Amino acid sequence: MVASERYDERATQGAMTIAPGPTKLEVRRLDAWFGATQALHGVDLAIAEHAATAIIGPSGCGKSTLIRCLNRMHEIVPGARVSGEVLLDGDDIYGAGIDPVDVRARVGMVFQRPNPFPTMSIYDNVAAGLVLTGGRLSRADLDAIVERSLRQSALWDEVKDQLDASGVSISGGQQQRLCIARALAVEPEVLLMDEPCSALDPIATAKIESLIHELKTRYTIVVVTHSMQQAARVSDYTVFMYLGELIEFGPTEQLFTTPQKKETEDYITGRFG
Amino acid sequence: MPTTRRRRAVDRIARALTLVFTAAVLAPLVLIIGYLLAKGVTSINIDFFTQLPKPVGEPGGGMANAIVGTLVLIALACSLGLPIGIGAGVFLAEYGHSRLAPAVRFCADVLNGVPSIVIGIFAYTLMVLPWKSFSAYAGGFALAIIMLPVVARTTEEMLRLVPASLREASLALGVPAWRTTLRVIIRTARGGIITGAMLAIARVAGETAPLLFTAFGNQYWHHGLGGPISSLPVQIYTYAISPFDDWHRQAWAGALVLLTLIATTSLTVRILTRGRFRTVR
Repeated sequence: MVASERYDERATQGAMTIAPGPTKLEVRRLDAWFGATQALHGVDLAIAEHAATAIIGPSGCGKSTLIRCLNRMHEIVPGARVSGEVLLDGDDIYGAGIDPVDVRARVGMVFQRPNPFPTMSIYDNVAAGLVLTGGRLSRADLDAIVERSLRQSALWDEVKDQLDASGVSISGGQQQRLCIARALAVEPEVLLMDEPCSALDPIATAKIESLIHELKTRYTIVVVTHSMQQAARVSDYTVFMYLGELIEFGPTEQLFTTPQKKETEDYITGRFG
Repeated sequence: MPTTRRRRAVDRIARALTLVFTAAVLAPLVLIIGYLLAKGVTSINIDFFTQLPKPVGEPGGGMANAIVGTLVLIALACSLGLPIGIGAGVFLAEYGHSRLAPAVRFCADVLNGVPSIVIGIFAYTLMVLPWKSFSAYAGGFALAIIMLPVVARTTEEMLRLVPASLREASLALGVPAWRTTLRVIIRTARGGIITGAMLAIARVAGETAPLLFTAFGNQYWHHGLGGPISSLPVQIYTYAISPFDDWHRQAWAGALVLLTLIATTSLTVRILTRGRFRTVR
């Protein structure tokens, strides 16, 4: 069968291109569907711990679908399904008896458009993950976590005097950093970011990018982006997706300077997409 | 340019027309309130709120029992109609892709179109006949059934207005689905759900037909919820079809009180449940 040959080829190629270091997430032969439409075809990928991995590719190539498969958010769309394995520290998150709720607590997510809870204050937005998952924390502990998360997302100084204001009363860039703080508050191990800057202006984008640099020392980061420049700026590894398939995967510098596949070269030199 | 002049003229005419139609929509409301005030306000005094109805020919008297009765009936209807209606609305919005949902939606729409007197007959057959007594329970039950489809459908619509991104944000934090529905989705749609509930209450508060042979009516204070109970609409109806001028005046006053009651309840609930921040309305 062609698929298995392709898999073997990838596996060897992967061993060649992936830098040594612990693997946090390993994707094996991942297929994903929306109803009858197949969005991902046999994706294999190893994501390094404490590094930023960027996923690039033209619109509709499956990069968002791939990232949403990493914390089981793909399946909440009616009719969507997945086959294959995604190993988080060696355990399949699609394994029998695994609760997606637990997976999502370990693998956090930031979305394309800032989506703070409009009925909650800035403080309550950051605390939401802890409060809504049923955690019983003292006010002092919660205060400390909220401050720590807002500092990590470089928002503390801007909002510390208006923690009681609505989560949607601040600017779009601030809202996105609020969403990052909200995701960090539950202390995930992996942070998935689905085009986190596409709704933001260049200054807000720069802030998020420098944030990614800081956060990757503590978290494993996977970021989907439309922008190749952004991938080059923020990531250690880059994945190139095209038509639902993983075309090439390697250290960012190598992928952008000496791409191995023709499709990759065509894309990064701007011949299509 | 002539075309510009023509376009401006059309614009002015269109705007004038919409203004006229808006006025036409508002006119009945203004007329009703004005007429009620003119006819009813003279009969409103302390006695009207504290006294029982007096027999024909005796001056004075009030509708205290009917006012309390209407409040009791609304409370009974709400205690049954709101939880079930909101629950069904949540089901339709959150599990709307299940195969049961279209059937539920269709039934709710049909139920919404059933004449209220038919619902009265239903309640009569189901509750009054077996118990061999008119009762506040039967009246509240009939009103609750009228509320159900309105509450269920508005709840569904309001929940659907909540952006999917908020649900995703919550799920991605590791919040279980049921808690996401309860604490994020419903909370965000709260304003709209309350508006729907108030509309349903306003609708049933003025219902007369289903109460005629369920709650029946009562010229005195009710004795427990298992017996007949007076209500403003039925009292207004009884007085309005009577041949006595005195009762006619009382009926006008009753209508004015009913309208005020609905308006103030709606306003009070809105103010009391107002959240700190913007919600879907």
